[in-house]
Formats: sequence, C-alpha cells, structure tokens
Amino acid sequence: MSMTHQVEDDKLMVEMRGVNKWYGQFHVLKDVNLEVKKGERIVICGPSGSGKSTTIRCINRLEEHQKGDIIVDGTTLNNDLKNIETIRREVGMVFQHFNLFPHLTVLENCALAPIWVRKTPRDEAEEIAMKYLRRVKIEEQALKYPGQLSGGQQQRVAIARSLCMNPQIMLFDEPTSALDPEMIKEVLDVMVELADEGMTMICVTHEMGFAKTVADRVIFMDKGQIIEENEPHEFFNNPQSERTQAFLSQILNH
Amino acid sequence: MPSDANKSPSAHTTRFWHDPAKRAILFQSLLVIAVLGFVGMIVQNTLHNLESRGITTGFAFLSQEAGFGIVQSLIDYTESSSYGRTFFVGLLNTLLVSALGVVAATVIGFVMGIARLSNNWLIAKVASAYVEIFRNIPLLIQIFFWYFAVLRALPSPRQSLEPLDNIFINVRGLYMPEPIYGDGFGWVVVAFLLAVVAVIGIARWSKKRQDETGQRFPLFWTAAGLLIGLPLVVYWIMGSPMTWDNPVLKGFNFRGGMTIIPELAALWLALSIYTAAFIAEIVRSGIEAISSGQTEAASALGLSKSKVLRLVVVPQAVRVIIPPLTSQYLNLIKNSSLATAIGYPDLVSVFAGTTLNQTGQAIEVIFMTMLVYLTLSLLVSAFMNWFNTRMALVER
Repeated sequence: MSMTHQVEDDKLMVEMRGVNKWYGQFHVLKDVNLEVKKGERIVICGPSGSGKSTTIRCINRLEEHQKGDIIVDGTTLNNDLKNIETIRREVGMVFQHFNLFPHLTVLENCALAPIWVRKTPRDEAEEIAMKYLRRVKIEEQALKYPGQLSGGQQQRVAIARSLCMNPQIMLFDEPTSALDPEMIKEVLDVMVELADEGMTMICVTHEMGFAKTVADRVIFMDKGQIIEENEPHEFFNNPQSERTQAFLSQILNH
Repeated sequence: MPSDANKSPSAHTTRFWHDPAKRAILFQSLLVIAVLGFVGMIVQNTLHNLESRGITTGFAFLSQEAGFGIVQSLIDYTESSSYGRTFFVGLLNTLLVSALGVVAATVIGFVMGIARLSNNWLIAKVASAYVEIFRNIPLLIQIFFWYFAVLRALPSPRQSLEPLDNIFINVRGLYMPEPIYGDGFGWVVVAFLLAVVAVIGIARWSKKRQDETGQRFPLFWTAAGLLIGLPLVVYWIMGSPMTWDNPVLKGFNFRGGMTIIPELAALWLALSIYTAAFIAEIVRSGIEAISSGQTEAASALGLSKSKVLRLVVVPQAVRVIIPPLTSQYLNLIKNSSLATAIGYPDLVSVFAGTTLNQTGQAIEVIFMTMLVYLTLSLLVSAFMNWFNTRMALVER
C-alpha cells in the first residue's frame, strides 16, 4: 500500500459533467459525471461494452461526446482544434494493443512527439527518451524495432513514449489485457511506480489487485452509466448495488 | 520379409528408385531431355518450313530502306531511313507514352485514392464514381472513346479552338509555341542548377538545425522561390535570351511550333485514367491497411492530423503500396501496345505492324518486340524492387 502520495483536493484535473454519447442509435454513455483531482488514481472497471474505454477516450477526444462538458486541466474540450491539441499534449495514453510505430526504433518512437510537438532539439529529445526508457527498465532495447520486443516490453515502451511528453494525466486503456500472464507483472510494476510518484492516473483495467493497492477510488460502470464509486476497501468488501456484487463475484471467484 | 529385419541398415542396399534424391535427379533429367527435344524439333521444323517457302532469315533486313513515313518521331526519320531506325522510332514512342502515362497515372491515382478516404461526402463519392467507372470499362473502348468521340470530334484547323494565345486545338492535334534558345540561355540553366545545389544545401542545414535547436525552417517555400526565382532573375539579366516559334495557319494546316498528335493525346489520356483507377484503389487500401490504433496513438501524443499522416501513416502505407503499384506500371507499359488500334506509332504499330508486313520476317520482328517489352518490364520491376527494399529496410 502506498499512502505517501498527495491528492490536491482543490485542483481538478478532469471534470466530466453530464456526458452523453451515442453511436448511431446506441446510447453508449448516459450522463457520466466524473471528477478527478490532481494526484488521484482512479480505476474504472465493469463488464465489456459498459462504456469504460469510451469514457476515457472522450477525455483526449479520440471519441467525441455529443452532450455535456469535459474540462481537462482548465481547458474545455470542444471543437476548437487548439484546445484539443493543448489537452492531448497534457494527457498521455496507453493502449491495450500498445500501438507502437513499427517503422521506428524504440528510441525514435519515444522521441517523435517531443521533436514534432514540443519542438525539442533531437539530441535533447533522445536524452529525454533514454531517461524514461531507463525508468521503465528497457534502455538496452532502445535501438531495436517494436516487432523485436515481447508484449510486456512493448507496453513498457508505450508507457515511456507517453511519459516523454511530460503529461499531467495518464490514461490507461486495459494496458494488460493483451499480455501473457507472466508479462502482466512487469507492466503493473511500472504503473505502481508511476502512481507512487504522484501521477494523476485513470486506468481501465480488470486487475483487481492493482485496484486494491493503488487506487484512491474505484468506479464501476455498466450499460454506459457509473453505477457505483467508492474507495477500494469499501468497494470490494461492501459493494452497494446488485450489479456490482454480481460483477465482483464473477471476476473474483473463479 | 523377416530375414530383412535382421540385417543392419548399412548392409541393406536401397534400390535407387526408392531413394527420393536419386529419383528426383532421374525425373528431372528425363524432363530436361524431353523439353530440349521438343524445342529442338520446333526449331528444326520452323527452319525447314521457312527454307521451303523461300523466306530469308537473319537480321539483314534491319539495314534495308523502310520506305514508309511515321507521323511522330523523336529522332530524325524519313521514308528513306532503315527498318532498324523504325525500330528505334517505335521504341522511343512507346517509351514516351509509357513515361507520360506512368507519371500522370501516379498523380491522378494518389489524388483519387486519398480523395476516396475524404470525410467530405462529395469528394469521396466523386472519387469512388471515378474508380468504378474507369476500372470497369475495357481499356480499348476507352482509347476509342478519347480518340474517336472526343479528339476526332474537334474542329478542323481553320476553326481551331484557341484557349490561350498561340495555342491551338483542332482535329489534327494540339499546337503550341516552341521555345528557341538564344545565346546566353546556358546561364539560365546554370542558374537553375545552382539553385538545385543551394536547395540541397539548405535542406541539409535545416535538418541539422532542427536536430540541434528544434526549430523548423520553411523549406518548401524557400526551395520553390530559389528554383523559380534564381533562373528568372538570370534570364532577365541576360536580356531574355529565348524566343518562341509560334504555330501559324498556312493553307489547311499549322506550321511551326510544337505539336501533340491526337493519337498520343488519346492514348495518354486513356492509359493514365484507366491505370489511375487501379492505383487509386491500391493507395486507398494501403492507407486503410494501417490500423486505426496507429492514428490514435499518434494523435494522443498531440501530433496534428497532417503530421500523423506524414510521420506515421504514409511511411507505413508506402510499403504496402509499392509491390502492387509496380504491377500497375508494368500493365501500363504493356497496355501501351494497344496504340496500334488508333495508329499511334509505337513499337507494335510501327515495327511489329508495318515493318513485319513489309519484310515478312515475323520471327525476328516478334522476337525483338517481345524482348523489348520483357527488358522494359524487368528494368521497371528491378527498380521498384530496389525502391521497395530501401523502404522496407526502414522497418527492420
């Protein structure tokens, strides 16, 4: 348990108010309200198709919401491309399938955004890249291509690539779901370390161990709605709604 | 055979037709002998037939006088030139239309392929209508369409259209002024070459500067300014050392200037538009083959839409596009032989057509023609393979 970190109560990093989204006729997000404070670690769980990935993908505009307000670190998310770019610079994202660029080396993957978005000189960008590659303990693979790495290594590179932009918030979209069991730990270790350093994190994950040890709050979603949210001890030991109880009994007792 | 089971494997001698290696050698030798025998028989038979019909063989005909005219020639050619020269005239005309076609088809194809992916409904629909129409009508019909329905329907020279001063369009072709280079024009060329060198230098410098300081340099506009500006300034200093030879209507036709004959225009249009429809599909599928995860990851890092395309999608798509693009280039070159249908003087029309008819030396003529297409195609695929390996090396 890491209780040393500081949550700044007065500083909201993400604010979602009455967010609604439809895919054609299908109502994916129904009045989602979510507030994330600086330094807070949120875990979102729920059955597949419950809208948890869609929720975090709305935060950096990979998905567009149709109703409601999303404010990220003081910037309102609307159709203004400038605002979207500002938010994306501050929000890092890690994907289920890593999405590393296969035509670039690990080092180039990490240095790409600092060079082209932050206009950092190449040498400096590569230093930053190496710094974060060291942090995820993979610096010796810097000159290899993503295809030559294992899944766990690729995901660690993907985390380093996001960190190179020095983001204020990190979004994790099922970061361990595509990994072999023995590789899950190496990725979770990096995430726990990141949490200990005070990073604001929103993680969609089924790793309940991670949620218990790291999360400040666990959110349960079903059918596009937030059903229940609580601090992890209460959430796991004393779930309020029936749907949460059913979900937890399914994933914890097998 | 119980007694066999007691023998050690080394003592057991396999019959040689039970040994796969030996059996393979036997069958392959038999096949080679059969093929060689068959080819030999055909050659023997052909030579015998040629002899009995009194047809001469060999390549001596190439130095005989051709005695027929050719409407378009990139090298000096008259009716008294040799058959050997008709070969080169045809070859150059084939190369001309193929080169023009490859360039135009690539440009139209890439534009249409990207347009099909556009978010703009109208642009996307126009592009898909283009692809579906032009790739589903036989090429020969398209050549006829451009030649007979469009270009043959133009007015006679006396009623020529004149869209711009001294440019005339009529049923005989497109007539344009031809530049005549005077003394001192060499300096303009020198200025252009200097500009090219300067642009290469600046490009290196700006990349180095970006690596060191992160600042970007407006390379495109600087390059455009230098490449156009510098030669223009020198041209003006040297006192405009270039004049135009304008086409002039004399009697029933125009004299002077440059001409694009309607056969070339029709063939070029048809070949480029037809092939571009296929290239558009290749480009579209190449871009679509790059998973949306790549675009998402790059956008999530804060890269703008154009940089996502330039730095992430296109470098990966190009590797998917090159191999099928090569096939389309080869198709275009070979399809240019349909020229003969509208009388464009390409290799097939001039050499495998007229020359063959006049000399009757079918074997030599067809053999040379096939060899030309084979060589051209192999050269193009060798180049594209080299290019492909270069692009592929970027990955691993």
